[in-house]
Amino acid sequence: MSTSPTTGRMHVTLEIWRQKSASEPGRFVPYELDDVSPDMSFLEMLDVLNERLVAKGEEPIAFDHDCREGICGSCSLVIDGSPHGPERETTTCQLHMRRYRDGARITIEPFRARAFPVVKDLVVDRGAFDRVIAAGGFVSVNTGSAPAANAVLVPKDAADRAMDAAACIGCGACVAACPNGAAMLFVSAKVSHLALLPQGGPERDRRVLSMVETMDAEGFGHCTNHFECGAACPKGISVENIARLNREFLRAALKTPVVSRSSGSDD
Amino acid sequence: MTANTKLDPKVPSGPLADRWTRHKFELKLVNPANRRKFHVLVVGSGLAGASAAASLSEMGYRVTCLCIQDSPRRAHSIAAQGGINAAKNYPNDGDSVFRLFYDTIKGGDFRARESNVHRLAEISTAIIDQCVAQGVPFAREYGGLLANRSFGGAQVSRTFYARGQTGQQLLLGAYSALMRQVGLKKLTMLPRREMLEVVLVDGVARGVIARNLVTGEYERHAADAVLLCTGGYGNVFYLSTNAKACNVTATWRAHRRGAYFANPCFTQIHPTCIPVSGSHQSKLTLMSESLRNDGRVWVPKQTGDARAPGSIPEDERDYYLERKYPSFGNLVPRDVASRSAKEQCDQGRGVGPSKMAVYLDFRDAITRDGEDVIRAKYGNLFQMYERITGENPYQVPMRMYPAVHYTMGGLWVDYNLESTIPGLFVLGEANFSDHGANRLGASALMQGLADGYFVIPATIASHIAGRKLAPIKSDHPAFAEAENDARSRIQRILGMKGTRSADSIHRELGLTMWNQCGMARNAAGLKSALQTIRNLRSEFWENLRVPGEPNELNPTLEHAGRVADFLEFAELLATDALTREESCGGHFREEHQTPDGEAQRDDANYCHASAWEYQGEGRPAVLHKEPLAFEVVKPSTRSYK
Ligand SMILES: Cc1cc2nc3c(=O)[nH]c(=O)nc-3n(C[C@H](O)[C@H](O)[C@H](O)COP(=O)(O)OP(=O)(O)OC[C@H]3O[C@@H](n4cnc5c(N)ncnc54)[C@H](O)[C@@H]3O)c2cc1C
Ligand code: FES
Repeated sequence: MSTSPTTGRMHVTLEIWRQKSASEPGRFVPYELDDVSPDMSFLEMLDVLNERLVAKGEEPIAFDHDCREGICGSCSLVIDGSPHGPERETTTCQLHMRRYRDGARITIEPFRARAFPVVKDLVVDRGAFDRVIAAGGFVSVNTGSAPAANAVLVPKDAADRAMDAAACIGCGACVAACPNGAAMLFVSAKVSHLALLPQGGPERDRRVLSMVETMDAEGFGHCTNHFECGAACPKGISVENIARLNREFLRAALKTPVVSRSSGSDD
Repeated sequence: MTANTKLDPKVPSGPLADRWTRHKFELKLVNPANRRKFHVLVVGSGLAGASAAASLSEMGYRVTCLCIQDSPRRAHSIAAQGGINAAKNYPNDGDSVFRLFYDTIKGGDFRARESNVHRLAEISTAIIDQCVAQGVPFAREYGGLLANRSFGGAQVSRTFYARGQTGQQLLLGAYSALMRQVGLKKLTMLPRREMLEVVLVDGVARGVIARNLVTGEYERHAADAVLLCTGGYGNVFYLSTNAKACNVTATWRAHRRGAYFANPCFTQIHPTCIPVSGSHQSKLTLMSESLRNDGRVWVPKQTGDARAPGSIPEDERDYYLERKYPSFGNLVPRDVASRSAKEQCDQGRGVGPSKMAVYLDFRDAITRDGEDVIRAKYGNLFQMYERITGENPYQVPMRMYPAVHYTMGGLWVDYNLESTIPGLFVLGEANFSDHGANRLGASALMQGLADGYFVIPATIASHIAGRKLAPIKSDHPAFAEAENDARSRIQRILGMKGTRSADSIHRELGLTMWNQCGMARNAAGLKSALQTIRNLRSEFWENLRVPGEPNELNPTLEHAGRVADFLEFAELLATDALTREESCGGHFREEHQTPDGEAQRDDANYCHASAWEYQGEGRPAVLHKEPLAFEVVKPSTRSYK
């Protein structure tokens, strides 16, 4: 645990959104921070700021984070107007300060969307995503009832494409980036992942109808083909999935009478 | 040090291979119509918790599941990269249930229970079936069959994987099963909750006290059985590869109420992590063990060689793992690889700005297979490395140093996964059961899912059908008392108004643990660590400063509570390390090594699990021993040469 000799410390000015709770108004508060190492991650830079705030007896800035390696989807933040900041296919926790120059001014806001109410400061409630998954983002297979793993062949290409879609980390950057606050990229990634695999086949229609219905009920907006979502996605989930979702939805809607759409029973 | 009736491992007798089947037959059953009368509380939604909660709910139990994160999908399991083992023997390279059992017992340096490990190996194949059926997109061959790769400590390819995101895909599978039950209104999922106490009524676990992390409210959850699936305690070292919220709070609070803590000193240091870059470092990033399939580990032969790696000629490089361990080479188990890296750096051959690193070099693999093949296998890991270090590993070898990664120790459990508190079960990394003194790569995912999908659905009946459980309500005085304990701790933390942040104390604790209780330990160092830990604990309780309110989201307060528990737990860890006068697996006591520096076990005196019983604040814990009998695999000196 030794320290590497760090080259050139930086000074940054931060404009950070502070909001005590969902019911109170928020505002930007400026903070100056010197002694920032280019080797720090963006969140480590915020840690340093928070340590300073604690030392002064001020309340630290609340932000979500956990794995700090770009996989859990906890970290959020809109940095200078972009969800997860300026670097392509990089979550906030993987963004490093060497991306910035000395003297940089950086604004930091929460993910904003109707379906993601602010909890505090930079923390939002993304529970709507879980509810969309609960509506159909699964294969109904009880523990113990599975056939032998190699009994069903899955072409490598299908498995690879399913994996491309399944790589979604559920962070919500797509929603935050969309002018309409739509969740199409998130929902389409799950629908695609399961539609591409034979295991997802039997529930294909029911799944897409039910997930889309819940997505609408949760207050996510409609997709008007801006495709900001794809550009913002830290995992590079392709907007082709949205096209697949639309096809899947149409296919299912034409076949299924409106009455029996909800996710049904487990037997 | 007494024989103890609470430490009955309840291992079935008879031939090893038949034990699990027989045990399942002998266990009582709860009839399907009755199951909904019982409420099971699952704390944690990682692989162990999510799989258990979903499976029990499918069976008909009423289930409530709590987790700290804003969604169950974000549990630390999501970060596992490399893969999951199973004895499928698809590559036809000689694998079997027995070989997986044997490798795990040997890999654990003969400090795990044979019966448990055999059960794990047996169940491993059904896990893969289950995950595939859920739609987990495992890697496949062109013919559509599942692909495998090899991991450390094994000479067969038995690891199933989904690129470098196996944990993510397995967890999303379990999470989808969990959310399906939520959608069916059979399971209640409560995210952003932290369990702070286990509630005992007449000595039996009947619920927990949790804090709602958004509102600060205390909640009483009454239940007929409580499952702790709360992960490992690696963050006692501050810097580790664990996610930031990983903690010992749930298991430590249970320990304080009577659950024995087993082998806390068995911690795993992973050999290939990105080295520390500065004092701001908040966590360490693992580079999957799978990289050692193609990467070669080396250091310059000459001490203090400051040349760039590319200008060090072949004959001036020491591929020390290949040299010392010709038959396993770069794929020796983790403890061996970590200690060797430390040894090289301590001898002055470390590389990089800090000199606390060794090279992991892909040059030869890229020359042999082409950059595209390497990119397809490890692309996301290479990208992650470049983001963090600013160096391109296709051109320059990676710099690696060991880091704390996994904890084999945990709450003591019997064969049913029940702790010494009746009705309190412990699953996944939170228990101590299957990995002995060292875990093999790709075996934690296997164990978490074995516990959750297949073991607990059978063994929970031992409690539910085996004991008479009076109806319980959360207005029972035991809940009020436990809530009061939790509440007053939080108030004390907020009331201090000192000058130190919890984070700064946590960092200091971590540094002591790493230096004195990390890769190499000795009696003098451990004794000094014990003193430092006590001092830090007093510092914490006298001079802490936590701003903010108790009744709203307050991450600093949450963290402070976890640090308070680490500060108590650290003492037990160091005490356990001091008491175990041998080297085994991840526990290396410098006093006990062979002339060529390998770990020296002492089977005559230490062939047991150490289970510690809490005695109250400031009083030394009492050690109980569960003797380990090796009926099938004769303990031998591990050799990977
Ligand atoms: C970077 C990394 C890579 C890894 N790669 C591999 C690999 O390739 N193969 C392998 O086999 N293993 C791997 N491991 C190990 C493996 O990931 C873990 O051991 C395993 O996932 C632990 O699962 P779990 O369910 O026991 O706990 P976790 O996944 O840690 O889940 C713990 C759960 O408990 C909850 N919780 C904790 N405390 C409380 C509390 N007080 N109150 C309420 N809820 C609480 C958390 O919110 C979370 O939901 C890796 C580990 C790391 C760190
Ligand atoms: S903290 Fe996990 S993805 Fe950023």
